Amino acid sequence: MKIIEVKHVSKQFEDGKFALNDVSLSIEKGEFVTILGPSGCGKTTLLRCIAGFQVATSGDILLNGMDVTEMPPNKRPVNTVFQKYALFPHLNVFDNVAFGLKLKKIDKNIIEQKVKAALKTVGLSDYEFRNVDSLSGGQQQRVAIARAIINEPEVLLLDEPLAALDLKMRKDMQLELKEMHKKLGITFLYVTHDQEEALTLSDRVVVMNEGRIQQIGTPTDIYNEPQNCFVADFIGESNILSATMIRDRRVAFCDAEFDCVDEGFGENAPVDVVIRPEDIYIWENTKTSIAKQQADYDPDDRVPKGNFTKWYGTVQSSIFKGVHYEMTVLTDNNYEFLVQDYHEFKPGTSVGMLVKPEDIQIMRKERYIFNNFEGEVLKNGKVRFLDAEWEINPDDIAQFEAGDIVNVKVPFKEIDLQDHEEDGVLSGEVHYILFKGNHYALTIRTDEGHDIYVYTTDVWDDGDRVGILIPKESIHIEKRQS
Amino acid sequence: MAKLTNIFNNRRSWAAPYALFLVLFVVLPLIMIVFYAFHDASGTFTVHNFTKFFTTNTDLNRFIYSIGIAIITTLICILLGYPAAYIMASAEFNTPKVMAILFILPMWVNFLLRTIATAELFSMLGMPLREGALLFGMVYDFLPFMIYPIYNTIQKLDNSYLEAARDLGATPLQVFTKVTLPLSMPGIYSGIVMVFMPTVSTFAISEILTENNIHLFGTTIQESINSGTMLNYGAALSLIMLVIIGITSLIGNNDNSESREGGLL
Repeated sequence: MKIIEVKHVSKQFEDGKFALNDVSLSIEKGEFVTILGPSGCGKTTLLRCIAGFQVATSGDILLNGMDVTEMPPNKRPVNTVFQKYALFPHLNVFDNVAFGLKLKKIDKNIIEQKVKAALKTVGLSDYEFRNVDSLSGGQQQRVAIARAIINEPEVLLLDEPLAALDLKMRKDMQLELKEMHKKLGITFLYVTHDQEEALTLSDRVVVMNEGRIQQIGTPTDIYNEPQNCFVADFIGESNILSATMIRDRRVAFCDAEFDCVDEGFGENAPVDVVIRPEDIYIWENTKTSIAKQQADYDPDDRVPKGNFTKWYGTVQSSIFKGVHYEMTVLTDNNYEFLVQDYHEFKPGTSVGMLVKPEDIQIMRKERYIFNNFEGEVLKNGKVRFLDAEWEINPDDIAQFEAGDIVNVKVPFKEIDLQDHEEDGVLSGEVHYILFKGNHYALTIRTDEGHDIYVYTTDVWDDGDRVGILIPKESIHIEKRQS
Repeated sequence: MAKLTNIFNNRRSWAAPYALFLVLFVVLPLIMIVFYAFHDASGTFTVHNFTKFFTTNTDLNRFIYSIGIAIITTLICILLGYPAAYIMASAEFNTPKVMAILFILPMWVNFLLRTIATAELFSMLGMPLREGALLFGMVYDFLPFMIYPIYNTIQKLDNSYLEAARDLGATPLQVFTKVTLPLSMPGIYSGIVMVFMPTVSTFAISEILTENNIHLFGTTIQESINSGTMLNYGAALSLIMLVIIGITSLIGNNDNSESREGGLL
């Protein structure tokens, strides 16, 4: 039975920005669902729309089949655990927990029993008459949970409830929350930016970014079969590379061909591949000087035998991570891979690598080679797009007239980013960075709010201010199909 | 020379001028009040000044009347000031900053000037200068002292408390009575202390606004001291008033310490 249905919900703020952009989601009764995403991705807004503190600009929210889109929060059968707990400072623990029941004018004896039971559930018996200010963060968190669950809501909404706790406490509370969910049997909708927390706790994870849902799935699905680069990059460590799907079950990347298990992408289709660092087998590769042949050295017999594609490189760095070593390996053709293994291979070691076909995850490419913009040919022979005027090859412009609306194509890798924003025709900010083996795929957000995709080998940081130049020979215009 | 730098380096010595000021103008007068209150004009120890007060009906009545006026003034200030502060502080009303300044603006003008202006206003309108005028003048003079601390507390109120209450099933009215009001009590206490204390001892306002028809306790003290012969009696009355004020401010402070971020005090 569906307990929450979110149908095409958008939330636009006064400045025109979308906090939520056509979000649809349905949650089954009794599920533990986590909304996961970086800060500003809209996850809290979605939760607040379900709680009733914010009203969606468009779309419907159904609770238990009932339309609650514009229902005030006090009438909704949900309760919230707030990020900073929001315990009433003028009331003691008992009165905080009893707050909801007292409003319902329930018999005092029953309230007392229920408060005791709720406090017992969260492990805070005998704390009834303590001042909330005298409690530790973890204890306040428990009171906040008791205050919410005592009302027996259909859905418990939790807004980053563990964010303020230290690591050890957070781990303990995670387990307790999971226990509580089992015991109470009510639906939990949990918001967090901590991917590990999301994977640990949830039955299903909803990954959000920029106001949109990127993927919904079980923790294993999300981790093993990310549907796009954002999800792959956000959840866990990963190697993401541009690749070509040669045919079903055969993919090319890093100048080599590999067997894989995915089908249905077509022939010679541009795709992205994701390989988790722990899925790469690594071994020392001693080159014999005479034959100059690769000799695979695998004394422990850890590497799977079979007809796998192997590729070779040199270890660049190695960091001990407690259980495993995390190493970066630079291949002979200059692709960088992140590899995790229980054995250490020291920097400088020649190594061989292989990955099993089922560990290669193929994703459809969202964008390919070109930025596409809509432009207008101007009288001065320039083209206007991205809210700026650009010079263009005279030969190209000759076949158009002023006022023509054209498609503008700019290859990702031909956009020139300048350190000083005033050196560019446009200025913007590095909005998102993805390393793809031998280059970075950047999303630059211009000050006017447009996104430009750039491939570069230069290293930039998130939030860097840049000037944007496009050489005129890199701007291709074509007639717009009407 | 070395000694001089020592004195400057020792931070505690910086407080010396202030300590001197306190001794001269606060501690010494207090001691003098206590001394005079317990002595007669010839300088012999006596409690006669106090027994006189508690047996002189006119003075006792004036005292009770003054307390009554102060209480009524404070109540009116709360009733007018709380909604004003609430509206100014609540985001939902989106009140411009100008509003807040307009409420606080009278505080910038000397209260004597304001009081004289009020008296002029009343006589211009042909209204009698009696108890009504007195209460009006008191409320007008002291209202900002009530609004400001309340405004301060409400403005600092974390919105998540209000959301939490809504979430737990409270209607907007219940949110107000169960959360906003109790959490703004520190502001109200500060306001009470700031309004009640000075209204008990005021005499200028009653003089101007009732043309000396209504005598408040402050007037009695002032007259006793001005008369020259009843200095000791005046001192005793001052002491009684100090004790009363002390008690009210103690009540206020107790509640303040419990629920942090009071307001002005």
